[in-house]
Amino acid sequence: MAKVLAKSATAGFEEKNDALVTVTPGQTGSGIVVNLKSSVQRQYGKHIVEVIKKTVTTAGFADVVLDVIDKGAWDYTMEARVEGALERGMK
Amino acid sequence: MLHNEEAKTRLRRTMMFVPGNSPKMINAADIYGADSLMFDIEDSIAVTEKDTARLLVAHALKTLKFNSETVVRINHPTQTPFGLDDLKVILPAKPNLIRMPKIEDISEIELVAKEIEKAEKEFGWPEGTINIIGAIESVKGLYNVREMCKHPRMVAIALGAEDFIANIKTNRTKTGIELYYCREQILMAARDAEIQALDTVYSDIKDMDGFRNEVTNSRDMGFDGKSCIHPKQITEVHKIYTPDDKQIAKALKVLDAFQASLTDNKGVLNVDGKMIDKPIVVRAQRVIDQAVAAGVDVEEKRA
Repeated sequence: MAKVLAKSATAGFEEKNDALVTVTPGQTGSGIVVNLKSSVQRQYGKHIVEVIKKTVTTAGFADVVLDVIDKGAWDYTMEARVEGALERGMK
Repeated sequence: MLHNEEAKTRLRRTMMFVPGNSPKMINAADIYGADSLMFDIEDSIAVTEKDTARLLVAHALKTLKFNSETVVRINHPTQTPFGLDDLKVILPAKPNLIRMPKIEDISEIELVAKEIEKAEKEFGWPEGTINIIGAIESVKGLYNVREMCKHPRMVAIALGAEDFIANIKTNRTKTGIELYYCREQILMAARDAEIQALDTVYSDIKDMDGFRNEVTNSRDMGFDGKSCIHPKQITEVHKIYTPDDKQIAKALKVLDAFQASLTDNKGVLNVDGKMIDKPIVVRAQRVIDQAVAAGVDVEEKRA
């Protein structure tokens, strides 16, 4: 059974090398939807979306909408922010 | 018996504080050459961000390769609701050390050591993979420092002066008179337990003369290193902790004379008209060890 978010939640900051991640529960079957705004969208947009989706799947969620404002976060930061938002959304 | 001898003796001239919720600072932390990096999820993090800070530091430790030793300062395990949750997230990321703030009683160290032991077993790491550095920040802690230093997981003890002087109701001064007793006590406890002692931070990053003065004094007292809050403090500490050419040349002379005396069976010997005996030989060896650790080509300095 996939985990289901209890509410919307955010983690991170709109600061250099960081990202502000907002997660919202999605409708059953809607999958993982990523709305990304990034300062490095053209170079790394695809890769960042992959990292986000993989993090959500590994955390055990299936239907989540993520609004992400990225200011050049490295992968480990993006993972931590997505995980942080998901954890908060479960409380 | 824990196998953490290496952790007790490694070079720790500088331990730089890195706020644990700042990706920008974490990304840059390793380039300044500090012997240890201390990622802070305690005082520099707002209570509302403890959860995200510990996740960020854990991910950084798992992903980035640090040349420096890695240390995570957790929240107090019994006086705050965050400390034990910090350990749950941080320990799987395998930092070299857990820094415990405001230690006051051996039971706090036993509690954290037990969590470390559990993690080592769970992940199949050798016992002694993760060790503890504690910080004395209160009079109560100072009164129990000797017992706490002797815990087998403890590899170093630090002084957290800001809280300590608040506790004794005074202020920081240029002379450091307010911390003299505390520094001596911590140092003696560390030496008795054969662990390292690290001095407190110097908060005025603009006053480099004051900083050099304080570092020189704490080095002369016997401290192994200094906590740093700004990258520019690191090179200064390393300079102060590196023996100069004259000291190295003299130490080599003493050690050579000592070696020679072993073959001709003389107990007391003299170098340049000064009596040389065992403690002086030990100190000479320490000068050479420090120089080698700092990357100096010692043989080149032979007078």
